Amino acid sequence: MYPLEGAVTDAAEAEAAAAEDRRLVQGLRDGDDAVYAELLRRWHPAMLRVARMYVRDRSTAEEVVQETWLAVLQGIDRFEGRSSLKTWVFRILTNRAKTRGGREARTVPFSALGGETEAGEPAVPEERFLSAEDPRAPHGWATPPRSWARVPEERLEARETIDCIRMAIADLPEAQRTVIALRDIDGWSAAEVCDALEITDANQRVLLHRARSKVRLACEAQLEAA
Amino acid sequence: MNAIALSCQELVELVTDYLEDVLPAPERARFDAHIAGCEHCTAYLEQMRTTIVLTGRLRVQELAPDSVEPLLEAFRDWRRGGRG
Repeated sequence: MYPLEGAVTDAAEAEAAAAEDRRLVQGLRDGDDAVYAELLRRWHPAMLRVARMYVRDRSTAEEVVQETWLAVLQGIDRFEGRSSLKTWVFRILTNRAKTRGGREARTVPFSALGGETEAGEPAVPEERFLSAEDPRAPHGWATPPRSWARVPEERLEARETIDCIRMAIADLPEAQRTVIALRDIDGWSAAEVCDALEITDANQRVLLHRARSKVRLACEAQLEAA
Repeated sequence: MNAIALSCQELVELVTDYLEDVLPAPERARFDAHIAGCEHCTAYLEQMRTTIVLTGRLRVQELAPDSVEPLLEAFRDWRRGGRG
């Protein structure tokens, strides 16, 4: 729609991201504690999430992540900046996790993911819609959602709501949980998620759609409960 | 127009593609046309946007000190040991 504006913004953002990467890479090369600690804080939780997709248990995932950090430090002098630092780090992670996961013969992630991306899991339960034959509105809402516009901000952002979201996410199948956490909690782009999890963009969207739909449903139930 | 109009039940399955901005133009136009005339689907779309914002409020879990300490230690070793 706004190709020029988009291009300018993209270029500016890309330059800012590249400058940020140069700062981080230099920090690691210089052995700067603060930079390393910053990267741990930013990426470590996501690294554990991604590693968990490939290996059987949490302690193995932690080992894989630790090995990855070591490999990052040992390889940082050779990092050429052809991809972003984050992409590079997560590629190292994914490769290690896969090797490890293969050794442990865990058949994840994406054979298991097959089941999670198949059709037949509606975003909203069928019974909330009218039938195809309904003269009022075929497949229209029978039990429509109520606008949250008048729900007070304090209520939306109350601990109960946030806890409800946390529980809904915890209950998701693993691939859906990983994708929604990376996208909506860690703020990754779709491309970054596809890259780290080695899934197609279409699969990524199906998983995100399922996950967000269930979280919305849980919020709706929570907000209408009182 | 009616022949190609989206139903509410179809629309809810397209919400993520809509928000990700990957719907082909004609489908996006049908989506927008539906939303313009349907307060329930408008509410649904808004709820989805709010849900995404609220999910973002989940703090990324703090790192447990016992999982960070070995990593910081490894870093110091690497630095001391002439790097690798």
